[in-house]
Amino acid sequence: MESKVNRYSKQLIIFNSIFIIFWLVISVFPFIWTFWGSFKVKADFFSRADWMYAVTGFHTFIETGSTSTLIAYIDSWIEGEFWRATKNTMIITVSVVTISLFLGTLGAYALSRSTYKYTFYILIAALIFRAMPHITLVSGYLFPFFQLNIWGILPTTIIVLVAINQPFTLWLLYSFFKTVPKELDESALIDGCSYFQAFRYVIMPVMWPGVITAGLFSLMLAYNDFTVTSLLLNQQNYTMVPKINAYLGTVEYGGNYMWAVACVVSATAPLFMIVMFFQRQLISGLTTGAVKG
Amino acid sequence: MPHKTFFWFFFPSGLAMLLFIGLPIISSFFQSLHIENEQILMEVENCDVFGCKTEVRVDLEATKIIDEENPLGRFNGLRTYADRNHLAFNEINDAWKVSSSYNQFFDIIFNLPFYKALLFTLTFCFAVTPPVIVLGFIVALSINTISQTIKGPTIFGTILPMIVTPLIGSLVLFWMIDAKGILGATIQNIFDDPNLSLKSSSELTWITLIIYGIWHNTPFAFVVFYAALQTVPLDPLEAAIIDGASRYQRVRYIVIPHLYPVATFIMLICLMDNFRVFEPIIGFKAEGAAQSLSWLIYSDLRNESIMLFGSAGATSMLTIIGVGFLLTPVLIRTWKEFKTER
Repeated sequence: MESKVNRYSKQLIIFNSIFIIFWLVISVFPFIWTFWGSFKVKADFFSRADWMYAVTGFHTFIETGSTSTLIAYIDSWIEGEFWRATKNTMIITVSVVTISLFLGTLGAYALSRSTYKYTFYILIAALIFRAMPHITLVSGYLFPFFQLNIWGILPTTIIVLVAINQPFTLWLLYSFFKTVPKELDESALIDGCSYFQAFRYVIMPVMWPGVITAGLFSLMLAYNDFTVTSLLLNQQNYTMVPKINAYLGTVEYGGNYMWAVACVVSATAPLFMIVMFFQRQLISGLTTGAVKG
Repeated sequence: MPHKTFFWFFFPSGLAMLLFIGLPIISSFFQSLHIENEQILMEVENCDVFGCKTEVRVDLEATKIIDEENPLGRFNGLRTYADRNHLAFNEINDAWKVSSSYNQFFDIIFNLPFYKALLFTLTFCFAVTPPVIVLGFIVALSINTISQTIKGPTIFGTILPMIVTPLIGSLVLFWMIDAKGILGATIQNIFDDPNLSLKSSSELTWITLIIYGIWHNTPFAFVVFYAALQTVPLDPLEAAIIDGASRYQRVRYIVIPHLYPVATFIMLICLMDNFRVFEPIIGFKAEGAAQSLSWLIYSDLRNESIMLFGSAGATSMLTIIGVGFLLTPVLIRTWKEFKTER
């Protein structure tokens, strides 16, 4: 049904289109520019004289004989050992998503089905935990981790990221399970299932939409994390984001700057693809409950 | 659900949170009561052809033994909180005595590391949030009116700044705004001032960081507003059209009141999240002009020679107190929501 509410005047449509295009340029252009620039040499991408150099690849042509080059990618992935960072990121992301969904679904299911008052206090506590700046937690980890000799390795970081992620996962899945009718598992209980069986055979088949959303946020947290990974991992085990920062950390010299540019593109591309694919779930997650990842 | 079943369902998740969120806070507090061991000095006689000199040196071996015995350092009580790098009570006292005007007094105070960082963190929080809400609302209104077919890609483009991590997002912008980047160089050409760059004054650095903050946070406000717009009831809108209300009047008197609760929600989340700002400072290499509380902790932990656990712990505790202030309204809101639900 075409409602009158959705009919707009011509001026409004024109103004609107201009504004949206303007806004899209602001939010998308920096990424396109970086993507384009990653195939140029430094003299082009950081050119004081004329920004057109970055478009035409003037110095790139002089240095490599072609107007675009993969040199930054090849060097950073092999010489800069970005492949190792990619591997670490994959290990961490997959583990964090799996473990935090496993813990989160169990916990959130219990929270949504229990009628006792303590669930409320647990949720409030989770909200407080969710608000803690990660760096304050990291400052608490370092000393004990050094003493226990578990600093620098991947498993420690994985479990830390899982824990940091739990409050948000719990809240998200809690509000999701609240929308799953109680009668569903109650009837299973009456038929003689235990709580765990009811969860396994009745709830699990219908929980996937919520789980995908929660998984997406866990993935973004693990994939994007800088605070925890940069301080809890040693150089060898660095994931992508701290690795990129490490390329820049040293004094601005030659190729390394372009390495960072190439690696920024390498690290963002998969994330954008995932988000493009799961956009609907992402937006539904952002709007449920009272928290954000 | 019986207590026992609940316990076993919730146990793994609860244990993870307790061990890695609850305990670290306590551990941070405990660390903040300690300070690094003193380095043991010894006098060494250095003799050469011109005679002998006594020199004071650090006794590395003795220092190492003490560090091993007492890895956390020695007990310092609450003194770390009061020292120059934190609450700086003595310095404030002195400043009060020395300065002749309020301006001078605040000048001195806001040059102390902790207060400088606090000032930046709060400025950042409160400068970013209002534009984010206004822009997010306008973008949501605009995108809500476009045709269904191009909505998907437009929304995807709009949320990009939010899904990249702040470090990468700020780098991408930094490379454009930098003196050699496309925008930076163009701005220099327009103003014909080769020294104009985001680093040329601390005001410019702050403004750049705030613009980055708005760029990064607006998509979140947009998404939440956009979802809320779908729930605006159509009947009052149609009634308003029949009564001859213009589009502006409809937005002003029907849509905005409907979105008030959502706006407060966005504001609180924005304030809380921006209070922990620190990755953009690294991305923009802005630590010279702009330091946030989180950045202070990071730099203590990244200290070249020895990790300053005590100092980092104290700043952490003070940051958590700050978060507490911002969190209270959120908690009250959630509390009320729960009460009405039951």
